Order: sequence, then structure tokens, then C-alpha cells
Amino acid sequence: MPAHDVLIIGAGLAGQRAALAAAGAGATVAIMSKVHPVRSHSNAAAGGINAALNPEDSWESHAFDTVKGSDYLGDQDAIEVMCREAPDEILWLEHAGVTFHRNDEGLLGTRAFGGASAARTYYVADITGQALLHVLYEQMMKHHRQIDSYEEWFVTALVQDDSGACCGCVCRNIRDGSMQLFSAKSVILATGGSGQCFKPTTNALICTGDGMAHAYRIGAPLMDMEMIQYHPTTLSGTGILITEGARGEGAHLYNALGERFMEKYAPNKMELASRDVVSRAEQTEINEGRGFPDGTVALDITKVPRKRTLEALREIVNIGRDFAGVDITREPIHILPGQHYIMGGVKTDVWGATPVPGLYAAGEVACVSVHGGNRLGANSLLDTLIFGRRAGEHAAERARGMRMPKASEASLQDERRAINAIVRRERGSGRRVSEIKLELGTMMNQNCAVYRDHEGLMEAHEIIRRLKEEAKTAYIDDRGTVFNQDVLGALELGYMLDVAECNVVAALVRRESRGAQYRLDFPERNDADWLKHVVLTADGADVPKISASPVAITQWQPGVRSY
Amino acid sequence: MPEYVLRIRRYSPDTGAAARWQDFTVDLEPHQSVLDGLLQIRDRQDGSVGIRSSCQAAICGSCGVRINGRPHLACHTHLESALGTSGDGIITVEPMGNMPVLKDLIVDMDAVHWKKIKRVTPWLVNSEPVPEREYVVPAQSMLDITQSMACIQCGCCVSDCLSMEVDPLFIGPAALAKAYRFVGDPRDGEHPARLKDLAQDPHGMYDCTHCFNCIEACPKGVAPMNQIMRLRRIASADYGIEDDNNGYRHEHAFVRNIERNGLLHEADLLPDSYGGKFHPRAVPALVGSLPAIVKALMRRKVTLGKALGHPHKAPDDVKRIFKVVHQRPERRELNLYVTGTEDEDEPTYARGGPTDGSSAGHTPAERSPNA
Ligand SMILES: Cc1cc2nc3c(=O)[nH]c(=O)nc-3n(C[C@H](O)[C@H](O)[C@H](O)COP(=O)(O)OP(=O)(O)OC[C@H]3O[C@@H](n4cnc5c(N)ncnc54)[C@H](O)[C@@H]3O)c2cc1C
Ligand code: SF4
Ligand code: SF4
Ligand code: FES
Repeated sequence: MPAHDVLIIGAGLAGQRAALAAAGAGATVAIMSKVHPVRSHSNAAAGGINAALNPEDSWESHAFDTVKGSDYLGDQDAIEVMCREAPDEILWLEHAGVTFHRNDEGLLGTRAFGGASAARTYYVADITGQALLHVLYEQMMKHHRQIDSYEEWFVTALVQDDSGACCGCVCRNIRDGSMQLFSAKSVILATGGSGQCFKPTTNALICTGDGMAHAYRIGAPLMDMEMIQYHPTTLSGTGILITEGARGEGAHLYNALGERFMEKYAPNKMELASRDVVSRAEQTEINEGRGFPDGTVALDITKVPRKRTLEALREIVNIGRDFAGVDITREPIHILPGQHYIMGGVKTDVWGATPVPGLYAAGEVACVSVHGGNRLGANSLLDTLIFGRRAGEHAAERARGMRMPKASEASLQDERRAINAIVRRERGSGRRVSEIKLELGTMMNQNCAVYRDHEGLMEAHEIIRRLKEEAKTAYIDDRGTVFNQDVLGALELGYMLDVAECNVVAALVRRESRGAQYRLDFPERNDADWLKHVVLTADGADVPKISASPVAITQWQPGVRSY
Repeated sequence: MPEYVLRIRRYSPDTGAAARWQDFTVDLEPHQSVLDGLLQIRDRQDGSVGIRSSCQAAICGSCGVRINGRPHLACHTHLESALGTSGDGIITVEPMGNMPVLKDLIVDMDAVHWKKIKRVTPWLVNSEPVPEREYVVPAQSMLDITQSMACIQCGCCVSDCLSMEVDPLFIGPAALAKAYRFVGDPRDGEHPARLKDLAQDPHGMYDCTHCFNCIEACPKGVAPMNQIMRLRRIASADYGIEDDNNGYRHEHAFVRNIERNGLLHEADLLPDSYGGKFHPRAVPALVGSLPAIVKALMRRKVTLGKALGHPHKAPDDVKRIFKVVHQRPERRELNLYVTGTEDEDEPTYARGGPTDGSSAGHTPAERSPNA
């Protein structure tokens, strides 16, 4: 049985950064990913990464913007850590080879992003995430002797020892269908987000919340699960994202009447207000009949010089052309808010440690919580890297001097049996897995979206309960072993249903409006009752058990949030 | 919604049966992608169809396949345009070439593509001393290598590389584009060693036959062949690295030939490539090439009269081009990453940065979001 000091599940930015940090600290490392690491969803990040590196800027300013952006739900101790360490992280990345944009003096150059009081977003054209991910993978190839990379391996469950500590995982080698048990002293979850619970979404097909469900199933708490970000500029139908960088470069939003409607909602920051604010503004325009007939508003970037657009937003030009048939340098493009990011996740401390001993989480799967009620653009890449590194270092530290645990074979047998049962289900024994997935996504996008209310959420919960039942008999077609993606889809559906249930339950519980959670029946923010995190645990029960956790406040008292 | 027929190459190692074609009908909008079609097949008809996919937006590099015989990203190919190139109204989808098939449309990228990437020391070897803050480098240099950084490692170029078909050991387009990402990076300290390595490897950068397939195949505009040409130019021009295949001199012979004659004068070309008619190296080369010359004569590609006389003198236009180029203080690499720009009379667009002090950065004052 393979055994390592540190086992990392997920090879996006958080996972790869953790692997490099743990290896740097002298640990033996395994990193595992259900897709080849460079296919991870981090590559979709277009806009950039925040840091107060400019001498004129300060980490306090960055931290305050983040706190305010979070609608005061972010934990300020964690936000301080992230913003303080950001500049060094950017320099580390630069030295590792990231081809960051330079200004005329040859120094790192920035662009403006929403919710920020300074232009502090560092970028590589509009392929920042891709450039970061590929450069980290270059570093992984460089350190291949210290890091065992298991590419196209799918983790199906975490394993605990008798004391409840996490000591490994069970996974399936996608290439041949074999099941394998891995032991490790520390395990880091870096499995990314859960956007596929919604349809459409800007998230890739692999973002199915696996790690959140794995952690939840062994008793780790999930936090802030009601906080789901809708990005203001996505293409209708496909959900493909137009980066906030576009607005950072100077693009405006118009309704069908030609009004620059952000004047009404955020007279100072206009298009560069926080995402929740802009998304709600758009949704209001659309709901009140001032959108275009296809249920959209217009993003107009034609005022930005064409050369600049082609240089800094080339990917968006391509997306406009290929996925909407529009030359965005010449005409506006129709957009609407679309599900994009989950602020919530597995609850961790500032070292990425979860309350389950030996289990860490970092990146979108985790909730530190630096994003609170709303994540600022370009803060997520930063989150993945800072807390990925910290988790890697801490996990390596924990492993030092520890005896190698031995994950129990029983869990391997359980997983094998469960998978065989799915594969053997008769066609027509129930619904198709894909059907259930579609129903879930469409429903969530209606009932658990920009605007929510009690009735809609109750209905959502009922539907999820039914879908969970149906999933038990849902069938697939593929009975093979090599690249049986069908059976993986069935497992992912199970994860998505767990995560979606937590989303809905948390949204029901929070009877106020804050950040991305807007309750039509409770339209005000209510600090007296709700300046706290909603925490959910499985606890052996059938539905999530609800508790609360205080918000860490260091230097910024909750204030009015206007842009 | 219109219907499209997708003819998919199926192969399952589980059954051991030979690969076969299977037709599926999907109904989707014309602007939807071939991947949308494949996913619909999987969702509604047959969940066992194997294809890697994730982002659906041409960014993760998972879904490289051959569509109607040509390499493409399935998510980046509209059904309508695939129908247009299909000939008989049936869109064929099969796995990429030059790599072993694992199942249906899934190929073994590790065995070929990634092995080659790992061959080119694919990480930055920092030039010393490593600065405390960022390396100060020209903005243009970062933009320039962004073209090869734009590579998503999809393998489409590898699929149809002609040289690789003949020589499977050829390092290949994607890996060489990756190599240029370091050779073009002023922060890398190993330029000469990298270039020497790529030059000395018999399957290295001189193995490319300029077939253009990789440029055509690449969905991200990386233009691997161009990066290979730049590697070669830098190797010879900046580091005096000799090319065993004589490619560099051959290229220069072309240039000199055109400069002199205005049109290509074949008879001079070969000896020029070897340093002139009377260079000792030219003799064996000329003798070795006799069959080719004779063939060319027979096909009237070259006439005897033309071969011996000099009917052309370079016209003034050609001379002028050469003059302009020669007067350039340094060689300019053509960066194709930023394409489609026109000379528009626009005020220079100020860029923000750590040094410009203003918090509004590069957004001009009249649309500053922070005002
Ligand atoms: C379109 C788009 C644009 C964005 N733009 C920006 C931006 O400009 N700036 C910014 O800061 N943020 C941006 N974000 C957000 C940011 O990209 C993500 O939050 C972040 O990259 C997540 O990284 P991660 O490492 O946590 O996860 P991911 O990169 O999603 O990686 C998850 C990894 O886990 C693996 N995995 C998952 N489940 C399993 C399993 N069961 N078994 C094995 N492996 C598994 C996957 O294979 C993958 O390797 C954007 C997001 C999107 C969708
Ligand atoms: S141009 Fe060269 S590298 Fe590109 S496909 Fe042809 S032979 Fe291969
Ligand atoms: S160079 Fe282009 S075609 Fe080749 S792997 Fe990279 S992105 Fe794909
Ligand atoms: S699915 Fe990502 S490139 Fe096609």
C-alpha cells in the first residue's frame, strides 16, 4: 500500500502549491487528481491575483476591502494573514517563472478589479490562472523526485483510524478501474468548488464538490455553505465567463433602454462594485423588464482601445467570437449573472487544519473564511496559493516524527462494493444519473440563486431529498473498467446532492440578507442575530446538523457597505 | 432544433474487439459544439462513450480529437462548421493521431505528449543572481512568451505532426514551443545549454519539416512551428550553434539569393547553402544532390538556361525591403500573439503599475471607477 507523509487530493493551484510546500519542508508527498493537473479548473481564472505589493498600497487596505467585500462575515484574522503574505507569494510566483504583465519600466504591472480601492491585481494577459497552473506544474515536474503525482486517479472516500484521525483515502485508478488504498500521516483536500450543482455555471464539469462531501461524510464541519457567488458577466446558456478584467479595463453595463444602470445601484464604484451588488443590480433590471428579450443586459467594452483589448483581454475576444459570435471590440455582448464560486466549504483554521485531526483543506473546497459573504475578484487565486502553501507546510510539520498509520482495508472493500453495486444496476431500474443531475442544477439555479425566499428554499430541500432517494437506484450504461467515466459521474452526483443540501439548509437557516445571500423575506442585514457563521455537520444524522461559529473581528467593526 | 449525425470511432479495451464506427443523432443548436453533441449522447443515449472534457471553453485542453480527420478541440468546434467540413453530412469524430488510443476518443497523452514535454527541462532555471523583488524585464518579452504560455497542452499539434509520424522520437511541436517559452524568457539562465541540447538531439529542433500542420491545428494560436523557427534563429544567430542539417545556412542562402536576384535562382541555392560554389563543403553536397537537380531539370522546375545564366536582377522594391531590414539595429521577432491590431489613432493607453503611484492604475481618469 502506498504511504506518504502528506497526501494531497486535488492538483489545482491549492493542491500543487501545497505539494511544493510540503516537499520543500522535507516531507514525502503524493498528489492525486481525477484529471491531469493542468486540466484542473484553476486554469479558467482569467482576471488575475490580488496583492498589495505596490509600495503605495498597503496590506491593510487590501484587508479592509476584503472584509468589506465579505459583508463583514470574513474572519479578519485569516484575512490579515492572506493579505500580509500576498506580496511575497507574488514574488515567489514570479521567481518560479510566471510571466506576469510588466509596465513600461519592466516592473510588475497591475489592473483594477471590483471592490478594490487600488489597482492591485497582477495578471498574465487574461490567462492568469492558466499561466499560474502551468508554471506550478513546471515546478512539480522539476521536483518529481520528491512528489509522486497520481494523475487521473479518483478519490472515493477518506479513511479514518480508530481515534477518528484521517489517515488516508480510497481511490480508483481511472485508467484501469483498479481500487487502491493510500496511507498518509496528513491529508490535504484541495478538490475545488461545487459549481456543477447549478446549471448553468461558469465552473467546469469536474467541479462537483467531491472534497466537501468526503469531509462532510467523515464528520468535518462545512461552513458558510449558503454563500454562493453569482458572477455578473456570464454568457447565457453556456455560462461561460467574461472576466471582471473587462470591467477593470473600463467596460460598462447597459440595460435594454441604453441606461448605464449601475449609476442607480453603486454611484461611486459603478461597474466595479462588489460582485453580489452588480449581480443583484442586473437581476433587478432583468426582473423588472429592462433587460433584453433573451433575459440579459449588455456589457460594452468598445470604448476601451482595441489594441489594449486585444492585448489584455484576448481570451475574451476569442470567447466572444467563438461562443457568442460577437466581436467585442466592436459591439456590446449580452450577459447575465451566473453561478460562479462557493465561498463556503470545509471549515479550517489559518493553517488549513480542519477539526478532524490529520485532515486539512485549502482552496475553493475550504472555508477559512477569508471570503465571508462575498469573494472579491482575484482574491480566490490568492486564497488557494496562500492557504495551499500554509496547509502544505503545516501538514509536513505534523507528519514529522509521527509513525506511519495504516489505513484499514475494510474501507477499501466498502468502496469496491459500492462501486460494483452501481455498475451492476439494471438499465431502466430507475432514472438516468444525467437526468437527476440536470434536474438538480436547473432547480438550484431557480431556488437558490441571486434572490431567495423561505418557500423556494423549502421546495428546494424537498426536491433534493427526493433526488437523493432516486440516486440510490439511478443507473448507468458503462460496465467497463478502463475510463469508466459513467460510474464516476454517479459518484459525483452523490457528492453534489450532499453539497446542494447543505447549500439549501444553510440558506434557509440564515434569516437575513448579507453578501451573496439575499432573502426576499429578510431583505436587511441583521448583525445582532446573524454576524456569525452557519456550520453544518453530518453527525450520523440524515439531514445536516446546524450550529454557529463566531466571526473573528480584529480591527474592522461591521459598517455600512456601500459602493 | 436541427439534427446532426456524429460518427464516433469506438474502441473498448475491455471487450478486446477491434475499433468500429458508431453513428449517433443529436439535436442541438448550430452554434453548439461537437463536445455538446458528445455529452448529449452520453447523457441520453450511451453513457459509455469515452472522451475527456472539463471546461467546455477551450481552456483545459482535455478534449482534443479529430473531427472530420483534422485535430480540434471538440468544445471549440461548432456543429455547423463541423458539418461544413464533413463532406457527406456526417461528422466523424475519432481520437487524435500519433498517440496510442486507450478507449474511444481518449488517447495516452503521458506516453507521448508529456514524455516529450519532460524532455525539454520544462521549468525555469533562474538566472543568477535572483533578485530580491521581481526580475526587471522588458514588458515586450513577457508578452512575447505569453504566446507559448498560451499552450493548453491539448496535443492537437502532436496529433498531426508530419515529422513525428515519420520519426516518433521527434521532440515535436508542443514540447519545442515549451522550450521557446524558456529560451525567450530573459529570466532563464540556461539559454545556450538548452539550445545546444535541442540542436544536438537528432530528433531535436532541426527535425521539423515546416509542414505547418501544427500551426493549423493549434486552437490557441501558439503557432509551434514559428517558435521552432525562432529557436533555430536564436541558436545560430546569437550562439553560433551549427545545424547538422544545414538548415540555417540554407535559410540564409534563400535570403541572399532573393536579395541578389529578386526571384529565387535555384542554381545558386545549393552551393550557397554550403558556403558558395567553391567552398570545399559544397562539392560533396552538390554531388549528393545531383539526382534532385536532374529531377528538377526534367520537371522543368529549373531550365538549363536559367540555371546557368542570371536572368533576374532584384527589382528596387525588393532592394528597398532588404535595406530597411538591414538598417534595423536588432533582429525583430514577429510576435503573433497580439493579432488583428490596426493602426488606430488612439491616445497611448497609460498602464498602471507599482511605480505610477495613482491608485486608479491604468483606467483613464474619465472612467475611473474609484473617482
Ligand atoms: C471561469 C472562472 C474564472 C475565474 N477567475 C478568477 C480570477 O480571475 N481570479 C481569482 O482569484 N479567481 C478566479 N476564479 C476562481 C478560482 O479559479 C478558483 O476558485 C480556484 O482556481 C480554485 O482552485 P482550487 O485549487 O481550489 O481547485 P481546482 O483548480 O478546481 O482544482 C481541483 C482539483 O481537485 C481535483 N479533484 C476534485 N475531485 C477529486 C476527486 N474526487 N478525486 C481526485 N481529485 C479530485 C481535480 O482534479 C483538480 O485537480 C475563477 C473561477 C472560474 C470558474
Ligand atoms: S511544422 Fe514541424 S513541428 Fe509543426 S507539425 Fe510540421 S513537422 Fe511537426
Ligand atoms: S501548441 Fe497548441 S495544439 Fe499544441 S498542445 Fe499547445 S495548445 Fe495544443
Ligand atoms: S473541454 Fe476543456 S478544452 Fe475542451
